[in-house]
Amino acid sequence: MTEDIGTEPTSNIRLAVNGTLHELEVPDRKLLSDVLRQDLELTGTHVGCEHGVCGACTVQLDGEPVRSCLMFAVTAQGHEITTVEGIGDDPENPSDVQQAFIDCHGLQCGFCTPGFVTTIDAYIDENPNPTEEEAREAVSGNLCRCTGYQNIVSAVCRAAELRAEGASQ
Amino acid sequence: MKPSPLRIHRPTTVDETLDLLAARGDTGKILAGGQSLVPVLNMRLAAPSDLIDITSVAGIDDLEVSGADGSEEICVGASVTHRRVERSADVTRANPLLGEALRFVAHPAVRNRGTTVGSIAHADPNGEMPMVLALTGGRIEARSRRGERTLDAEELNIGPLETSLESDELITRAIFPALPAGSRTGFDELARRSGDYALAGVGMILDVDGETVTGLRCGFVSVTDVPDILDLGEAVSGAELGDASTVAATVAEAVRDFIDPGGDIHASADYRRHLAGVIASRLFRRLCRSDGSSGRGDARGASGRGEDSLVGATGDDTESRRA
Ligand SMILES: Cc1cc2nc3c(=O)[nH]c(=O)nc-3n(C[C@H](O)[C@H](O)[C@H](O)COP(=O)(O)OP(=O)(O)OC[C@H]3O[C@@H](n4cnc5c(N)ncnc54)[C@H](O)[C@@H]3O)c2cc1C
Ligand code: FES
Ligand code: FES
Repeated sequence: MTEDIGTEPTSNIRLAVNGTLHELEVPDRKLLSDVLRQDLELTGTHVGCEHGVCGACTVQLDGEPVRSCLMFAVTAQGHEITTVEGIGDDPENPSDVQQAFIDCHGLQCGFCTPGFVTTIDAYIDENPNPTEEEAREAVSGNLCRCTGYQNIVSAVCRAAELRAEGASQ
Repeated sequence: MKPSPLRIHRPTTVDETLDLLAARGDTGKILAGGQSLVPVLNMRLAAPSDLIDITSVAGIDDLEVSGADGSEEICVGASVTHRRVERSADVTRANPLLGEALRFVAHPAVRNRGTTVGSIAHADPNGEMPMVLALTGGRIEARSRRGERTLDAEELNIGPLETSLESDELITRAIFPALPAGSRTGFDELARRSGDYALAGVGMILDVDGETVTGLRCGFVSVTDVPDILDLGEAVSGAELGDASTVAATVAEAVRDFIDPGGDIHASADYRRHLAGVIASRLFRRLCRSDGSSGRGDARGASGRGEDSLVGATGDDTESRRA
């Protein structure tokens, strides 16, 4: 099959990412994950499996975690997208979830980490005081090939603590 | 891998959607949550020229529990996500089986986008929603430029990933009846990982009068080609709840005889058949114990533990863990 990339359907779109509105032209078939990485250079969003299983590409859409590899950028218009950079991109000033990963040694190679951070950030808003069992369930949709799950589970509980402390200050 | 070139349409009304479908039915596809369709496109197992995104269409985004007493129904619009259905206390009250089974559909990140109607349209025999629609006697409404029609689950599902919908038809909503007061429901499945498609899953509706069983229907996930229903009313009616253990063996045997699972790299056909029997037996005993619809996901319960072996023909000892 030959593809005529030059004439394939494209659209001018407006994407709200991490509080900034971007106007750009993209092929209709371009996945949100690829537009974030390639067009907006937000390479924190990682791409592992491209069929929804691994969770590395998870971003927040209106505050809820979703797979950015299973959405076309065209259809993300009208929504607020938050990538891991929107949660915190200053090493001197990590977010509560990022700090919890540091505290608990929740990462090894770090490939899966952005997907965990976006997932957990939304989760502890919904469940501010998770048990270890609940924490385990909360991250069960994200795969870590370095298999650092024990520490990631601890990081979920630690992140909840840090958020509660932050809220009470 | 990426989808092949395609055009995305974003209609805002049902009329516009039906026009687009009529014009491009054969080469176009409806895009709802994309949680089943986009993986297929990413792997290039399909290459439609046009996608019709229905997530901004007005009038198909309602989730309502209406009617009263016996006629109460849950109407789920085409763009309503699994997550919205799962979070609705009214839905869970009216049809506990729906809420219970939804928590076995993938993970929250997938349920945040995936729609319940899309799941029914996709007709995957590994999907929980087509089974719940069939087991609870639900129906769908479909519209095209040619008119509107209502189909029950049996009319809709004709094969694995195959429905009787025409390419120009849009399912506007799915309707799940409320379950009668007094019926006990349960769902459980076994998967290799939390959130994965099930190796085998069973849904049950048990009717009870006092301490006596008056009806039992079972539906299946991953072990039948279409959501067939096994009615065990005759086999178990008249049994006392206290005899659950003996009757459960009959239920398990009937389930094993009824289903016709396929085998694959994850589990042989024999193992799936064995699992379905074990799950059915545990679920039945759980429903006999509980005084109404039970919590999710643990068919093993205290007295269930150890009575059946999950170790089947392959020696695997997979078990499900869902919170
Ligand atoms: C990692 C992963 C794990 C999953 N695990 C499970 C699981 O355990 N159990 C399970 O049941 N599902 C599972 N799913 C699938 C998920 O539940 C999807 O939400 C669902 O199958 C399809 O809904 P959708 O809205 O995403 O539909 P889409 O993917 O948008 O569409 C699916 C199909 O239905 C058609 N369609 C959609 N809406 C309509 C309509 N209104 N009228 C006519 N046709 C329509 C589309 O054209 C397409 O052919 C999983 C998905 C992923 C990515
Ligand atoms: S890359 Fe999106 S879930 Fe794996
Ligand atoms: S830290 Fe390496 S994949 Fe998770």
